[in-house]
Amino acid sequence: MGHSDDIRALFQGYQVHRDVYISNDIYEFEMKHLFANTWVFLGHDSQTPNKGDYYTTQIGDQPVIMVRHTDDQIHVLLNRCPHKGTKIAIDRTGNTGKFFRCPYHAWSFKTDGCLLAIPLKKGYQDTGFENNQNTKGMTPVGAVKNYRGFIFARLNPEGVGFEEFFGDSLSTLDNMVDRAPEGRLEVAGPPLRYMHRCNWKMLLENQTDTCHPMVAHESSAGTAIKIFEEMGSPSPRPPAMQIIAPFMSPYEFFEGMGIRTWPNGHGHTGVNMSIHSDYDAIPGYFEAMCDAYGEEKAKTILDDNRHNTIYFPNIMAKGPLQQIRNFIPLAADKTLVESWVYRLVGAPDQLIAMSSMYNRMINAPTSIVGHDDLEMYERAQEGLRTNSSDWVNLQRLYGEDEDYSKEAVENGTTERQMRNQFDAWVKFMTYDMDKTTAEQT
Amino acid sequence: MEDMTQHITRDDIIDFIYQEARMLDEGRYDEWLSLWLESGIYWMPLDYKQSDPINATSLLYEDHFMLRLRVERLNGARTFSQKPKSRCHHVLQRPFVDVFEPLEGRFQTNTSVHYVETRLDEQILLALTVTHDLKIDDGKLKIAGKKVELLNSDAAFGNIQLLP
Repeated sequence: MGHSDDIRALFQGYQVHRDVYISNDIYEFEMKHLFANTWVFLGHDSQTPNKGDYYTTQIGDQPVIMVRHTDDQIHVLLNRCPHKGTKIAIDRTGNTGKFFRCPYHAWSFKTDGCLLAIPLKKGYQDTGFENNQNTKGMTPVGAVKNYRGFIFARLNPEGVGFEEFFGDSLSTLDNMVDRAPEGRLEVAGPPLRYMHRCNWKMLLENQTDTCHPMVAHESSAGTAIKIFEEMGSPSPRPPAMQIIAPFMSPYEFFEGMGIRTWPNGHGHTGVNMSIHSDYDAIPGYFEAMCDAYGEEKAKTILDDNRHNTIYFPNIMAKGPLQQIRNFIPLAADKTLVESWVYRLVGAPDQLIAMSSMYNRMINAPTSIVGHDDLEMYERAQEGLRTNSSDWVNLQRLYGEDEDYSKEAVENGTTERQMRNQFDAWVKFMTYDMDKTTAEQT
Repeated sequence: MEDMTQHITRDDIIDFIYQEARMLDEGRYDEWLSLWLESGIYWMPLDYKQSDPINATSLLYEDHFMLRLRVERLNGARTFSQKPKSRCHHVLQRPFVDVFEPLEGRFQTNTSVHYVETRLDEQILLALTVTHDLKIDDGKLKIAGKKVELLNSDAAFGNIQLLP
């Protein structure tokens, strides 16, 4: 294992080997290759509005600090003192002033990572210390991009550029930001943090799995409809009916929603309309949008009701609800899901109230919808231990001539986006693999 | 229950809080729902010392419809995450009666609780501070609002399926 051919053998057209979910070795390769070669989401620049503000997170298994430097740019540094390895920052968010100072031996660093000072430096005279690579300071990641406020980074210095990697999939983030009359978002509070004892890719696949809601969520969405009807279908409908009830829509609805896939593993459900299309209008919002953009453009922005957009490898964005879910891998069988919502600057408060409500009703560890999703993932994680088959099936509406290097729009119940993800998975797992192996041998 | 408006005591308030917890532990959800005013809200903040329940994410902020849905779902035939069912256990410190205004029919308590929830081989323990707002409605004490603050509300949790 460790050669690109071994990785390629795990994905065969319409099926994927169970080891991609349960093998610790494969997980380690994902951390070393997939999460180093791809552009990974870190956060939003409104989380660090002032110079010296920082936010700690991780890219794959690498702890990083996202910090606003004195030049007002966001820098991303590996969260390690070059001296002894001590994590420089351990709180999730804070302000460090003009420099970081390691709490162990007081080595200090500018917020772009450069070494600032070492106490009692004369002790290193004539030791060759200046030639040691660890004296360079805190290591920055390979590349950082601030796209309309969203911060992405690539660990490897060499690789596919940001625009080439995401291509036209950026239209979902554009739509999310364009929905703000002032054209920008602000983070609204901390994220929900929901621990899943399953592989991160199960969460990713579920985002465009349109054949599970009416089955797995019957207990919440179906019961909601039953209670509503028992109440005599009152108007206005309870908020839960807007948000949860559409999960019971029939297969035909999800077929008509459509799925679009883009190269490099990105894609979205809800091309034509979605379960987010039938929300009640919020007074004053359309008027604010017309004032900002003119009526025609405002309508174009608001008529785009995409459902879930996958930004490969590990986030999902909901444009109409200004929401991002980050599937952070912690082990082959452990994933932390962080669900964020953002405020549309210039829009009425009811919009962030709606996004917050959706977040807690669907994505919280206390959510009756989330409970059944997690139950399915954890059962799959355990069930895949069985030796009856090595393969997981992704065959719905499969065509042998599928070309994932081209954008495609298809029937909303296809599993093409899951196949598209594994096509990108192979590409970015193996992107630097043969090169790395050659260097080692 | 007799009309409590005239002679209500602090002990009546405290007994009510204990009885509510016992109903949850024993799964007597229909009785539990009947303790609530229709306008009551069950709030569980996400952020430590969160002040705005609406315009930022909470763990729970549930009206009567959501609470009824939550309770009815627990007994559904296709409630997969409750096969097998969870069980829960509340240990209460004696509630403080912080507001006691019988003439207005308005009361507030503050209760420290250790909450245990279990299913299969898993068991979680949560430390809670619970604020109850109670009112007298048609001669009976009712829950007008319940705020459940988790000591570690900002931690990552697996499923919390019942009601702390």
